[in-house]
Amino acid sequence: MKSAVIVFPGSNCDRDLAVAFEAATGAKPVMVWHRDTELPDDIDLIGVPGGFSYGDYLRSGAMAARSPVMQAVAQAADRGAFVLGVCNGFQVLTESGLLPGALLRNAGGHFVCRDVALTVENAQSAFTSRYDAGERISYPVAHHDGNYFADDATLDRLEGEGRVALRYAESVNGSARNIAGILNDKGNVLGMMPHPERVIEPAHGATDGKRLFEGLVEGLMARA
Amino acid sequence: MKARIFVTLKGGVLDPQGRAIHHALEGLGFDGVNDVRAGKLIELDLADGTSDEDIDAMCRKLLANTVIENYRIEKVA
Repeated sequence: MKSAVIVFPGSNCDRDLAVAFEAATGAKPVMVWHRDTELPDDIDLIGVPGGFSYGDYLRSGAMAARSPVMQAVAQAADRGAFVLGVCNGFQVLTESGLLPGALLRNAGGHFVCRDVALTVENAQSAFTSRYDAGERISYPVAHHDGNYFADDATLDRLEGEGRVALRYAESVNGSARNIAGILNDKGNVLGMMPHPERVIEPAHGATDGKRLFEGLVEGLMARA
Repeated sequence: MKARIFVTLKGGVLDPQGRAIHHALEGLGFDGVNDVRAGKLIELDLADGTSDEDIDAMCRKLLANTVIENYRIEKVA
């Protein structure tokens, strides 16, 4: 099983995501620099990490979404590779058009950095298969631009197609319908503001995020 | 040749920055402010003869996120 973590200038959760991928897959992921134009052909899993790529210039994720490596990520996603975008990674995925909508400045204007309660809305996806539908879990968030926005028609479509994977149990940042994470139409791309990679071992104080990575690996094994 | 690109949030998209500016203006005693919306001004210095289509493409592909923003192009002689 091959995994990769994309690294942009200003990424700062790339190593955390790499540790989570390695713990789940048993192999070190390839760290891929934003200027690279290719990913390994047989890549199974790609992480787009959190951080402040390009200093959040223009809009969060805007510059990273146009960097050369993102075309390779889009092609891999098209081939069916799993793509997980966390925090700034979610912003990069919406800016690149791999996921619909946009992430606006938090409604309260403040950076939000704390553990938040989440509800698993769709437990059928590869990312959430190890959770129960409706299960309440807790992941940390740390973001300034996590206020998910899409027009009503898009929101209705996401809800109708089961593409809202995770929802905040209470308003955290003003997100439309309290959306915390969404899937693409094929279900192999997940973008989310909360950080599962920060809660994967007891030393982190909680392990709610571990099952997300285990479920992904299980999904990939079942497919192979 | 120069062009100014004005990028503004679409109506209905919440603007916390504009709201904070509004509050600050009220704090300074300016009572007559009904609303504040903040946007961006991007100035481009372009090769002569750059087509309108190209400038528009720059806006659509990078300078504005048309999910949440509108843009207006003003060419400066």
